[in-house]
Amino acid sequence: MTLLSIRDLALDLPAGADRPRAVDGVSFDIAPNEIVCLVGESGSGKSMTAHAILGLLPPKVRPGGGELMFEGRDLLKVSEAEMRALRGAGISMIFQEPLTALNPLKRVGEQVAEAILTHDPKARDAKARAVALFADVGLPDPASAVRAFPFQLSGGQRQRVMIAMALANNPRLLIADEPTTALDVTTQRQILDLIKKLQAERGMGVLFITHDIGVVADIADRVVVLRYGRVVEQGPAAAVLHTPAEEYTRHLLAAVPGRGAPAHAEGRGEVLLEVAGLMKTFVTKQGFFAPERRVIAAGGLDFRLRRGDTLAVVGESGSGKSTLARMVLRLIEADDGAIRYKGEDVRLMRGEALRQFRRRAQIVFQDPYASLDPRLKVGESIVRGPMAFGTSRAEASATAKRWLERVGLGAGAFDRYPHEFSGGQRQRVCIARALALDPELLIADEAVSALDVSVQAQVLDLLAELKAEFGLSMMFITHDLRVAREIADRIIVMKKGLIVEQSGAAELFDAPKAEYTAELLAAVPGRDFFDARAAV
Amino acid sequence: MLQIRRIGVRLAGLAATILVIATINFILVHSAPGDPASVMAGQSGATDEKFLAEVRAEYGLDQPYIVQLGTYLGKVVQFDLGYSFRQRRDVADLIMERLWPTLLLTLTSFTLALAGGIFLGALAGRRAGRWSDTLISMGALLLYATPVFWLGLMLVLVFSIQLGWLPAFGYASIRADSFTTWHYITDVASHLVLPAVSLAAIYMAVYTRLMRSSIIEVSHEDHVKTARAKGLTEGRILRRHMLRNASLPVITFAGLQAGAMIGGAVVVETVFAWPGLGRLTYDAVLQRDYPVLLGLFLVMSVLVILVNLLTDLIYRMIDPRLAAR
Amino acid sequence: MNDTLKTFLTRKTGVIGLVLLALVVALAVLAPVLYPASPWEITGVPFAAPGEYGMLLGSDTLGRDIASGIAHGARVSLLIGVASTLAALCIGVVLGCLAGYFGGWVDMLVMRFTEIFQTIPNFVLAILLVAILNPSLWTIILAIGIVSWPPLARLTRAQVMTISTREFISAARCQGQSTASIVLRHVLPNAISPIIVTGSLTIATAILIEAALSFMGLGDPNNMSWGFMVGAGRTVIRQAWWMSVFPGLAILITVVAINLVGEALNDALNPRISRS
Repeated sequence: MTLLSIRDLALDLPAGADRPRAVDGVSFDIAPNEIVCLVGESGSGKSMTAHAILGLLPPKVRPGGGELMFEGRDLLKVSEAEMRALRGAGISMIFQEPLTALNPLKRVGEQVAEAILTHDPKARDAKARAVALFADVGLPDPASAVRAFPFQLSGGQRQRVMIAMALANNPRLLIADEPTTALDVTTQRQILDLIKKLQAERGMGVLFITHDIGVVADIADRVVVLRYGRVVEQGPAAAVLHTPAEEYTRHLLAAVPGRGAPAHAEGRGEVLLEVAGLMKTFVTKQGFFAPERRVIAAGGLDFRLRRGDTLAVVGESGSGKSTLARMVLRLIEADDGAIRYKGEDVRLMRGEALRQFRRRAQIVFQDPYASLDPRLKVGESIVRGPMAFGTSRAEASATAKRWLERVGLGAGAFDRYPHEFSGGQRQRVCIARALALDPELLIADEAVSALDVSVQAQVLDLLAELKAEFGLSMMFITHDLRVAREIADRIIVMKKGLIVEQSGAAELFDAPKAEYTAELLAAVPGRDFFDARAAV
Repeated sequence: MLQIRRIGVRLAGLAATILVIATINFILVHSAPGDPASVMAGQSGATDEKFLAEVRAEYGLDQPYIVQLGTYLGKVVQFDLGYSFRQRRDVADLIMERLWPTLLLTLTSFTLALAGGIFLGALAGRRAGRWSDTLISMGALLLYATPVFWLGLMLVLVFSIQLGWLPAFGYASIRADSFTTWHYITDVASHLVLPAVSLAAIYMAVYTRLMRSSIIEVSHEDHVKTARAKGLTEGRILRRHMLRNASLPVITFAGLQAGAMIGGAVVVETVFAWPGLGRLTYDAVLQRDYPVLLGLFLVMSVLVILVNLLTDLIYRMIDPRLAAR
Repeated sequence: MNDTLKTFLTRKTGVIGLVLLALVVALAVLAPVLYPASPWEITGVPFAAPGEYGMLLGSDTLGRDIASGIAHGARVSLLIGVASTLAALCIGVVLGCLAGYFGGWVDMLVMRFTEIFQTIPNFVLAILLVAILNPSLWTIILAIGIVSWPPLARLTRAQVMTISTREFISAARCQGQSTASIVLRHVLPNAISPIIVTGSLTIATAILIEAALSFMGLGDPNNMSWGFMVGAGRTVIRQAWWMSVFPGLAILITVVAINLVGEALNDALNPRISRS
């Protein structure tokens, strides 16, 4: 018996889009009591498919054929009123970004009660039911939580509110569109566990959209792999993950970072960078006399980076890892402590000395869309560096072209604008820009976080090659332990501005010393699956 | 505690603004061509030497600038805004008796403009691209480009002269003293219609344009999609999840525009002979009665700050994120 | 730039605005040719209705040609609009850049100052300035410039701040580029387009302020202006509507034209917004 049956679904994109159809010929089923994962990279059409079920497509996208049978009715043909009666009742949905998905001006309890009252206007107990739902989704102190506004809750709590709202009318089908992507890894683990538990308790069908095959391994009963709007492969989770039939699925699995053995080699070279007692507190003031808010980004950090090593700094949001990277480059000034580069204190450098230091230490940022000047040709962005150090334009252009070639874009990229490139390609441009200055130290600040897994794997490979080829030392800031495992020799784990653990990569993964590290390791999605696969 | 602190901050801001404005006045008086005393006395032609000497003594005009500034600020703090030689009255008294009509006019227009702008803007934003939107947007564009005084004159031309529906000028009829209370109120109200509409129209156009784009922006927000996914009707989504959110930037902007609106009131009162601060300004301009102008500038600035406080209050009632701070 | 022009020309309203504006500019430029006599000169019968005695738009209470006044008034309106906006841009952009790029106490000081200036009823300050300094072309330009800069300063500051925190600016700093080079080559080019748009709309506001000032009798007594004409005609509006209607229409058309051009410019310069 099936709950939802999608047959040959086609969704037409407006004229002028990069392809005529967002989704074409997609077919799959969801049974009443199972979790189906729809997995794919960006542009695969997974989110569009989910939105089509509830008739929530963007204005210019139209269904172009096929059917969406839910409990015997074709959702593409029902009237708007019938569809409304289903939304939030028979079928409900949760979204990626729980902060923006809630109305910032209304109490969360009110928003949940509204979901109940919309479908049962006479429900006198809506408020009480909201409190009960808050208890079900594990919100602390439900009776007072209903009176909170969204901004007073954490990201994980907001997503719990969204889940409570979705469950308010006991839906038969729950659609979850990347519900954990915006969350920290430990919170992601809790939300995944919660969804799985609630699904089992209530016997719902769940359509779970994700880009992360680790998440799929954790919760899916069945898997549908999507690429460019078409189904590549589908079947029971165990079968698809363990014995993928299609090349693309194998490729996706292989691209997940951090499955190999962590590095054992570390620490032979001289100390290149030494950070001692580094302190930074951010003080924000709302106004002249308003009370100030203090956030400790660095509460006395000590560590060393040896020449030729890759040091990964791992932490969740708010851990201070990005601030650390910026302090090392003096993009943010530290409050106290020392940053010694080859024995010289970077914090005391002025003018020319600072410029010369920055030439030796380059950075690649997270957001490939914000880190290139949109008004300059990428070649121009690259040559400005060497030219600032007196290289002639001709020579700098030659260097730039050589590096564009080396990072795999070809010299032809020199005369093109950033918007002509994809995210992964832009990140390659940024790497070329950094390396054109011939640095010794490369700092990568979440440099692969915004990329799809397969692109991420390519960029990580490129960085590893370059490191070997030019003897670079790297400081790699990431929230993802899997990425750290892939490339790091040594790892620092940070939490709320403090280093909770630092050790060699192999040591950290085999025998984590800090409880928090263990927690992070346990939260890595798909850990059991990949461990089991590696063991075979 | 937080509330007290906030009020304290506001009062400090108010005091700072008054001081800055008084200082601007002072600088203006001294940068004017001619003797500061004659500026203070409000004379341009024939001068009364005895009075000039009095003014010099009162403001210590033979003292160093900084002492003069101190004397002037001291007077301002005591609400001593000087003496109008032309009108032979204290400037403060002159201003106070004209305050009420201006408050009536501006507050009516402000409410009208804000309510109308939010309503029309929401309507246009929800129907973006359709004919009703085009109509509202074009209307707003035209109104926005219309000089206030000219709009007032055109309304007079149509509604008073051609149709004879409403009085063209003044605050009340000449025989208003003999009216019953109710009759008096309706009489003033009928006099208020044209000036209030002229003043409101331009700002309504501004708020309509702002609200339209704000509604369109909010309609792309995720929480609206959530509301839709809950099964709410479009009407309910607009009322419960979009109107309030989209009004916030409009209210902020309206607060910022309060100063401009008082400026508009000056022109409107001139056109309609509305006996408020604006009309007083016009008369003072014609007579080059500088003490009155300087005093008006100060008092109107304070009014603007008070309107700012009001919009701030409204904003806090709507946005819980600020109320909690 | 070519793309910008192309986008601009696809906006119907922008093209209409541009045509209207071109007409007003042509009128201003050709005024001495079309009406060689001074607009203050009495050339006909007083109270001539439009079309009578060879006067297209009629005459005023003294017999001066309204059409001639409108043509010559265009020069004054456009000149004051543009010049005072340039003055406001000079003050606003410099203060905004300082506040935005340096932040900290510089920012706080500049912003407090700007806030106070924004609170002040700007038209009343303009009246005061012109009245005390005596009305002339230059005092009017100065006064309008002084009351128009705060929004430009705020906008510039906000723009510079957002751009400065973008990662490509950090990247440029890491590349060893000098502060001057970063501000001139990276920050300003990326920050400038909304400032251009707001600047163009400021011209429209400036023209409206000038009209209101001369309506209040604070225009330059040597130059004919539209606001003055409306003000002079308003007392006789019962008998002679044309004296106030036509100059007012001239203001309306000019301001609408500038607004249309400004909006189309906005769409052309900020393609991200126009796409949605």
